[in-house]
Amino acid sequence: MIFLYSFLFCGVVCLIGQIILDNTSFTPGHVTSLFVVLGTFLDSFGLYDKFIKWFGAGTLVPITSFGHSLIHGALDAANEKGILGLLGGMFSLTSAGIVAAIVFGFILTIIFKAKN
Amino acid sequence: MNKERYKELTNKIIPKEDKVKNGLTAFFIGGLIGFLGQLIVFVLEKVFNVPYKDATSIMIVILIFLASLFTALGFFDNLVSKAKAGLIVPITGFAHAMTSSMIDYKKEGLITGIGANAFKLTGSVILYGVVSAYVFGIIRYLFFGG
Repeated sequence: MIFLYSFLFCGVVCLIGQIILDNTSFTPGHVTSLFVVLGTFLDSFGLYDKFIKWFGAGTLVPITSFGHSLIHGALDAANEKGILGLLGGMFSLTSAGIVAAIVFGFILTIIFKAKN
Repeated sequence: MNKERYKELTNKIIPKEDKVKNGLTAFFIGGLIGFLGQLIVFVLEKVFNVPYKDATSIMIVILIFLASLFTALGFFDNLVSKAKAGLIVPITGFAHAMTSSMIDYKKEGLITGIGANAFKLTGSVILYGVVSAYVFGIIRYLFFGG
């Protein structure tokens, strides 16, 4: 059942993104930035954590979860170390994704040539 | 030819995008990616006995690796132009944007090409993510006690 919920959640988020893309002059860059901000906003009430509990790992796939992980790491560190933790813990949960994107992207760019 | 007449003529030639079809494609492709993410986490947890937190990180890394690889191989651009938001909104879009901007500027050299343009498209995601997380984080921390 959790598989279906993952499918539906991720599908609905992408559907919203597509509706914004089709009906406004927003570019994909606008949409992804908007969704990241939306993710941080939803997690500042702890709502995104509930989504993860209800809908499974499908909620971690859309870019909204990037925003959720940013604020989640920051707040976890802030609870331990005080206000400085907000700065220090920001990337603690998302670093795997960012570093993977940078390293894989760089290595693959060196190996492969541009198509045109 | 004035501007309005030109617009009229081009509007006739440019095919109208089918919004319903676009939406459904984005829904199904995006849903499939979400399903795949859940499947990877499930397999890692049940078969390889990886703890849930690590399994989700590995799942994100696998999806990013696949998206980067397919972008570098050259056929991910076609998929993105077909599936649109279905591949842009999931984390695959983040990896795709980063790898494609690096590959596009490869010919301008390691520093001024790849280095300077790596974050050209993903920079805004990171910037607004960090700024909004900081602002919302401060509000939550100061007014609601973490």
